[in-house]
Amino acid sequence: MGNLKYSKEHEWVRLEGDIATVGISQFAQEQLGDVVFVELPDVGKVVEQDGDAAVVESVKAASEVYAPVSGEVVEVNSELEDDPELVNRAPTGDGWFLKIRISDPSQLDDMMDEASYSDFVAGQS
Amino acid sequence: MVSFAGYEMPVHYSNGILSEHNHTRAAASIFDVSHMGQVVLRGDNPSAALESLVPGDIASLEPGRMRYTQFTNDVGGIIDDLRVTNAGDYLFLVVNAARKDADVVHLKNALPDDTEIEVLEDNALIALQGPSAAPVLSKYVPDAGNMPFMSSLQFTIEGIPVVVTRSGYTGEDGYEIATPSANAVRLTELILAEDGVQLAGLGARDSLRLEAGLCLYGHDIDEMTTPVEAALSWSISKRRRAGGGFPGAEIIRRQITDGVDRKRVGILPHSRAPAREGTDIIGANGNSIGTVTSGGFGPSFGGPVAMGYVRSAYAEKDTQVNLMVRGKPRPGRIAGIKFIPNRYYRG
Repeated sequence: MGNLKYSKEHEWVRLEGDIATVGISQFAQEQLGDVVFVELPDVGKVVEQDGDAAVVESVKAASEVYAPVSGEVVEVNSELEDDPELVNRAPTGDGWFLKIRISDPSQLDDMMDEASYSDFVAGQS
Repeated sequence: MVSFAGYEMPVHYSNGILSEHNHTRAAASIFDVSHMGQVVLRGDNPSAALESLVPGDIASLEPGRMRYTQFTNDVGGIIDDLRVTNAGDYLFLVVNAARKDADVVHLKNALPDDTEIEVLEDNALIALQGPSAAPVLSKYVPDAGNMPFMSSLQFTIEGIPVVVTRSGYTGEDGYEIATPSANAVRLTELILAEDGVQLAGLGARDSLRLEAGLCLYGHDIDEMTTPVEAALSWSISKRRRAGGGFPGAEIIRRQITDGVDRKRVGILPHSRAPAREGTDIIGANGNSIGTVTSGGFGPSFGGPVAMGYVRSAYAEKDTQVNLMVRGKPRPGRIAGIKFIPNRYYRG
């Protein structure tokens, strides 16, 4: 899983052209525990960087997922409706949340690469 | 780890809530519930003394038997819910951790001076819950397997003195084992070494009791909720209904006879979205008819489950409702209070 950029809120982004696929990190899914429900935004919704994008519910609690980049939601992962545990099984793969057509590519500049994110997570635990 | 009533408690161990929950229903789990208050009442007639504070029938409790009841206040609200065991020459009370200080003050203020109140500060309480609990405990004490539900026995496990009740908070068969704290680790390690026994934390305890329709104090019941509203009238015997003699008796008696304005019910969300505590419940007319007091995902049920209070006119099973989850109405219906059948030992 190369080319992932991470936010401090433990979301990841994979940019292909102007489409950013967004999900939550391995660390985040471990912290959440068993995911039982994911509430995704409507396609067409415009999200702001650091604004609410989705909600992920584990057995424990509901947590917000923030948009790591601004833009329009062009697709959501409908697989998560029937199989929310995909988030636990494949957080950076099939367990992606949404795709955003980004409005400002420079927003990715401040995000962490894999190595800096690993250090960031190590500092959190 | 989280702070809970002043105790550092694990929400889950390494397996996670879902796995701990499922393991409890499939085999057996140990829960450290030592945070709960253990209180001994002694005196000439501790049963009569306690009956002045609870609507439960304590006088008819045979030695070695246990009963669920509530401390009520003057308006019939619930100060705490508790289990009372007739231990022969004294009564043994197990109360909620967050309420034990208030309960002890309440007991001291209300009970006659000749009733001695002893808080067992140095006692641990270990719950062993699940279908394998009886086979496991029977290996140490053959009689454990024949204990009736809500009964109590004293014995030793590998030399450790224990007071065991066949009871719990999961809807499963099982035991709660009280022992002086100094023995708790050895006892836990001993039982944990048995096949099929794992540790479970607060998270699984909560999802198990929610599926079983059991109240959590401070959430599903409180000082503004009466046992009748909370669907706990079954815990008030005919004699106590007729005779009263406990705080709020007149209000509770009238509610049993004339009905209540709101009732605790089970709520079944139709979508996969959990309706958690505080979720507004909307009736067919579009108005709020109540609130969810406990809600989450029921691992054994296989979907979200909830309980809460609705106006009595809407409390009928299968009444269609909407649950306002993050501003969105999500359909659901009123259901029975239990989402899984109890599997208590019935002999």
